[in-house]
Parts: sequence; C-alpha cells; structure tokens
Amino acid sequence: MNIIVLVKQVPETSNVKMDPETGTMIREGLETIINPLDLYAIEAALRLKEQHGGKVTAISMGPPAAMKALRETMAMGVDEAALVSDRKFGGADTWATSYTLGQAIKEMGEFDIIMAGERATDGDTGQVGPGLGAWLNLPVVSYVAHIKEVTKDSITCDRLMEEGYQVVKAPFPVVITTVKEIAEPRLPTLRGNKRARQTEIPVYSTENMTVDVGSLGLKGSPTKVVKIETPKVTRSGTLLKANSEETIESAVDQLIEWLKERELV
Amino acid sequence: MSYVWTLGEQFEGKLRGVSFELLARGKKLAEELDTKVCSLILGHNISDEDLEELIQRGADEVYFVDDPRLADFQNETYSNVISDLINQYHPHIVLAAATTIGRVVMPYVAIKVNTGLTADCTQLEIQPETKLLLQTRPAIGGNIMATIKTPDHMPQMATVRPKSSRPLDKDPSRSGKIQRIVLKDELVDTRAKVIEFRTDDAGFVNIEEADVVVAGGKGLKQAANVKLVEDLAKQLDGVVGASRQAIDRGWLSYPHQVGLSGKTISATLLLTAGISGSIQYLAGIKTCENIVAINNDPEANIFGVSDFGIVGDLFEVLPLLTQKLAQAKK
Ligand SMILES: Cc1cc2nc3c(=O)[nH]c(=O)nc-3n(C[C@H](O)[C@H](O)[C@H](O)COP(=O)(O)OP(=O)(O)OC[C@H]3O[C@@H](n4cnc5c(N)ncnc54)[C@H](O)[C@@H]3O)c2cc1C
Ligand SMILES: Nc1ncnc2c1ncn2[C@@H]1O[C@H](COP(=O)(O)O)[C@@H](O)[C@H]1O
Repeated sequence: MNIIVLVKQVPETSNVKMDPETGTMIREGLETIINPLDLYAIEAALRLKEQHGGKVTAISMGPPAAMKALRETMAMGVDEAALVSDRKFGGADTWATSYTLGQAIKEMGEFDIIMAGERATDGDTGQVGPGLGAWLNLPVVSYVAHIKEVTKDSITCDRLMEEGYQVVKAPFPVVITTVKEIAEPRLPTLRGNKRARQTEIPVYSTENMTVDVGSLGLKGSPTKVVKIETPKVTRSGTLLKANSEETIESAVDQLIEWLKERELV
Repeated sequence: MSYVWTLGEQFEGKLRGVSFELLARGKKLAEELDTKVCSLILGHNISDEDLEELIQRGADEVYFVDDPRLADFQNETYSNVISDLINQYHPHIVLAAATTIGRVVMPYVAIKVNTGLTADCTQLEIQPETKLLLQTRPAIGGNIMATIKTPDHMPQMATVRPKSSRPLDKDPSRSGKIQRIVLKDELVDTRAKVIEFRTDDAGFVNIEEADVVVAGGKGLKQAANVKLVEDLAKQLDGVVGASRQAIDRGWLSYPHQVGLSGKTISATLLLTAGISGSIQYLAGIKTCENIVAINNDPEANIFGVSDFGIVGDLFEVLPLLTQKLAQAKK
C-alpha cells in the first residue's frame, strides 16, 4: 500500500506575538513545527503501513526550510519525503496550493491513499485536502476518526459528523483527512533521526514538474487578503471571589442575576 | 435563479439550523446587491413544511434536488450537483456552513467551478465601491481577523461559522417559489459509499451548534465529577464540552473536545469550570458571545477572556449554581 501524507510546516503559535502597528504576526524568532494536526495523519499512515505493508511518503509545499518538517516525519518512521518548493509558489491560497501539490503528486507515481490533517493551525481552512481530491478527481473522506477495514482495493472509515459517525467505504485511490481521535502520534526515534539525516529529499519545482505558471502562488490565487486586524482578545468581565460560604452564595446569586439580565436563563 | 445562494443542510430529512442562519446572511447581502436569495437543498423526503420555513425565514426561492441517492451526504455526488447548478445559473455568491458537510464539499466545488473559497467566515459584507463580497474570518487560532475577497472569479464563495449569525424570525406572510430539481444520473458518483450511520453513545453531542455549552477540564479531577458539569448543562438546556486534558484522560469522548485539535464553538453562553484557558483551548472559544469561568486560581488565563468570572472551588460553586437554577425554575 502506497500512502502519501501531506505535511505543512507552521509557526509554533502557542506564543504568537502580533505587531500592533501592522496587525501581522511577528514571524522572527518563531519556531516552526509540523502542523500538530498533521501528526495524526502521519500516525494513521504509519499504522496502515505496519499492518498492510507498503510505503509512506511525506510531501510538503513550502520554503526550503520545510525540509526540517519532512526530516521530522522521517524520524517518526516515514519512508520517503518530497519537498515542493519554488519562489513562484509563494503566497498561494488553498486553490493554488492544492493545484501545485496535485501536480507534484502526479509526478510521483502510483498511490492508494493521500492523507491530510483536518486543517493547518496557521491558515486554519481545512481546504487543501478536499481541494486536492477535486484536482485529482478522487473521492474524499474527511474528518476520519477511525479506520475500520482495509482490503487490497478499499478502505472503510468512520467519518465524524455533527450528529455521529458516518461509515464510508471508498475505493483506492482516495483522499482522507483525519481528526485527533484517529490515533495518538508517536515520537521520533534516534534511529529514525539518523536515517532522516542521511536521506536525500527530492525537490519538485517549476523546473521538474508540469505546471501552468498562471495557476501558481499569489498571482494564481483566486482569493486575496485585503486586510488583517488583531481583534481585542481580552474582555473586561466581572471577577468575584468565592472563598467562604457567604461569598460563594453571593457569587452564585450574582451570576444568576447576570444570566437573567442577558436572557441566558 | 437568484444571485445569492445559500447551501442549506439536512440530516435524515430534517433541515439543520444552519440552513436558516445562512439565509439571514444571504438575505442581507442580496438586499445590498438588490437581488434575490435562494436556498439550495440536496436531500430526500424533506417535508413541505421545512421547505416552506426556508421561505418564511428569508429565501426568495428554494431549489430542492430531491432524490434517495442524496439522502446521505456523499461528497462527490453533492459536489457534482452543486457544480452543475452553478455552471448552469451563475450565481454571484454561494454561502455554505462551516460544518463537516460544507467544509469538504465547498473546497471540492471551488476547484470544479474554478473559483476561490474563504473558510469559516464570521463576517460578510458587500464592499460598496466594487460590490464585491468582503469575507472576514479568524485565523491563527483567532489571533487575527483576515478580510479576503475574490475579485476576478465567480461565484464568490465562503463557508460561514455555525452560530455566528441568528436566523430571521419566521414571517408567514412571505412568499417564494419552491422548485424541485431532478437529479441527473450522470452526476451520481458511486465510488465512495455510505454504509451506515451511528452514534456511539446516547450523549453524542453537537457542540458546534449548541447555544449553551458547559465545559469541564482537568480541574474536575476524575471521571465521576463530569456529572457536575452534566447536571449544570441540563439545567441550562446546554451540552457538555471539555478541554483536551479531560478528553485525554478518558473522562469524555472526543466529540466533546473544544479547541485547536477539537471543535470551534460559537455558543451564546459558554460556562467553563476547572479549565486554565490555554492558548489551544482559547482558539476554540473566541467567538462565543458570553463566557463565564469558574476556576480556583485567580491568575488563570481563562479570566482574561471571560465576561463573568468566579474565583472559587468548582466543587462548591457548580452544585450550588445547579441547585439555585433548579429552584429558580420552579
Ligand atoms: C497541538 C496541541 C493541540 C491542543 N489542542 C487542544 C484543544 O483542542 N483543546 C484543549 O483544551 N487543549 C488543547 N491542547 C492542550 C492545552 O495546551 C492544555 O494542556 C489544555 O487545554 C489544558 O486543559 P485544562 O485547562 O483542563 O487543564 P489545566 O491547564 O491543568 O487546568 C486546570 C485548571 O483547573 C483549575 N482547578 C483545579 N482544581 C479546581 C477546583 N477545585 N475548582 C476550580 N478550578 C480548579 C486549575 O486552577 C487550572 O487552572 C493542545 C495542545 C497542543 C500542544
Ligand atoms: N503547503 C502544504 N504542503 C503540504 N500539505 C499541506 C500544505 N498546506 C496544507 N496541507 C495539508 O492540508 C491540510 C489542511 O490544510 P489547510 O487547508 O491549510 O488548513 C493540512 O493539515 C496538510 O495536511
């Protein structure tokens, strides 16, 4: 079984700082990590390979620095990796990103499953996986929480919806996007790290893949960002201490009053 | 057909509430553009009453593609149908909900009809000079709001965060056209098949569309104490949410998880207890309207985003609150 996993490198946003002047994220000094939600897709891919044989290839589109994320996936046990990188790819929205990734994947040969994370923590759209499915004209099963059965030519999964799980059976090749419930990601190993350092990772660019240049990067993207703002995050709320019988009682009463005023009860 | 389309959603033949929320958005935009708003529904066995309600809540026209093969959501067939209608009628704007349906079918359609798509918007406006749709959405865990437009492609498409707008009140005097559309066989894609639908436990929650969420975290200390938040949720007609710490400890199942690696919620009232307010948790709650926090640590991050905070022991505060609310009801 050949599995391709889409991996995005994202800024470590648990302590993002915003530039109050420009309203943009200060990227300097920010560490980059594998999109945390992609770790679940990587883990699911590795488990499928362990059970059914085959190979897992991680692919990432991004600047040369995204090599680091790819090496980390190899340290976790991914067999091969490919970087999709070119100046012309910069500023791509999800339409152009999924197009470019699709063109790169066409160069890479046969596969059974493409796995993606539910969404990336920076762009936060979750559109690249399904978009890629559309470019390659493949069925997409999104929000996959469990894999139930795999045969030589199909996969059956639980797809998490608002009301419960939809059980979907899809033939290969297929695009799957995963949620956290699917598996607890493993940690990189020393042996994996060593192999990751020693392996040559190929780069796909406009030099060695077939692309329509008009569909790339910022220029090729149908959506344009016109404004970025930093919303006010703090709320100036009431804060009551409740550390004695009376203060607890009074805090609860005040809360109920507050709820009533807002017609929340 | 109309120029502003909203993609309604149904589950097992009942319209989902987001269908009406989208119409409220769509109607406002249609008025600014001096055009009509149309609700598009794919499904089977939807009652006339439900379809009528779309009109009472804002639709000028309803297009219902009615076929047993559309009863369950299946991405490829749904995409084919929506793309086919877009190519036939050329709407200017297509809105869908940022749900487990909208968030997969819309990106697929966007590629098929060659246009852009903005995910999970919380504000939509028409730019007066250009008449283009301005689509504003939170990104990077709610740390920024980005405004996006699609200047050179049609339609302009966006998914809209559930609960980020209110449905219009029912207006029985409104009239509109309901049109049934026959599903073309060639649009049916049978590759992926829906085999069944199930919920694992009776407590399966839809926290994204709940008005009231009562969430518990590690401060609950053990599984048995989840009952404290459940009891309060019941009193408030709400559902139970949780931080990742509570999920990873097995106290509640994953569909309850709020946050970066769980669900994003926009409840009218969120009450959290024993949750510190980590950046990953906050990423999921930034668009809640009213936030109440109970935590025994006055320095807890959660108080920075709360409208009402109680610094106290949840084991004392929650039962008393539940009890007093129950009394008040009587
Ligand atoms: C990639 C990634 C994704 C993540 N995704 C999510 C996510 O989706 N959702 C999420 O929630 N977290 C997520 N996390 C984890 C997150 O960083 C925190 O670990 C988690 O949110 C903390 O949960 P908590 O607030 O319940 O626990 P803690 O941070 O341990 O907080 C418990 C709180 O309870 C209070 N408390 C204790 N006892 C009492 C009492 N008797 N009465 C009142 N208060 C009490 C304490 O003061 C404390 O503030 C993610 C982390 C990573 C790295
Ligand atoms: N530049 C990229 N390179 C590789 N995979 C990506 C890239 N962008 C997005 N993805 C994949 O698509 C998923 C959804 O990303 P997004 O649509 O940006 O939220 C991610 O979890 C990744 O698996």
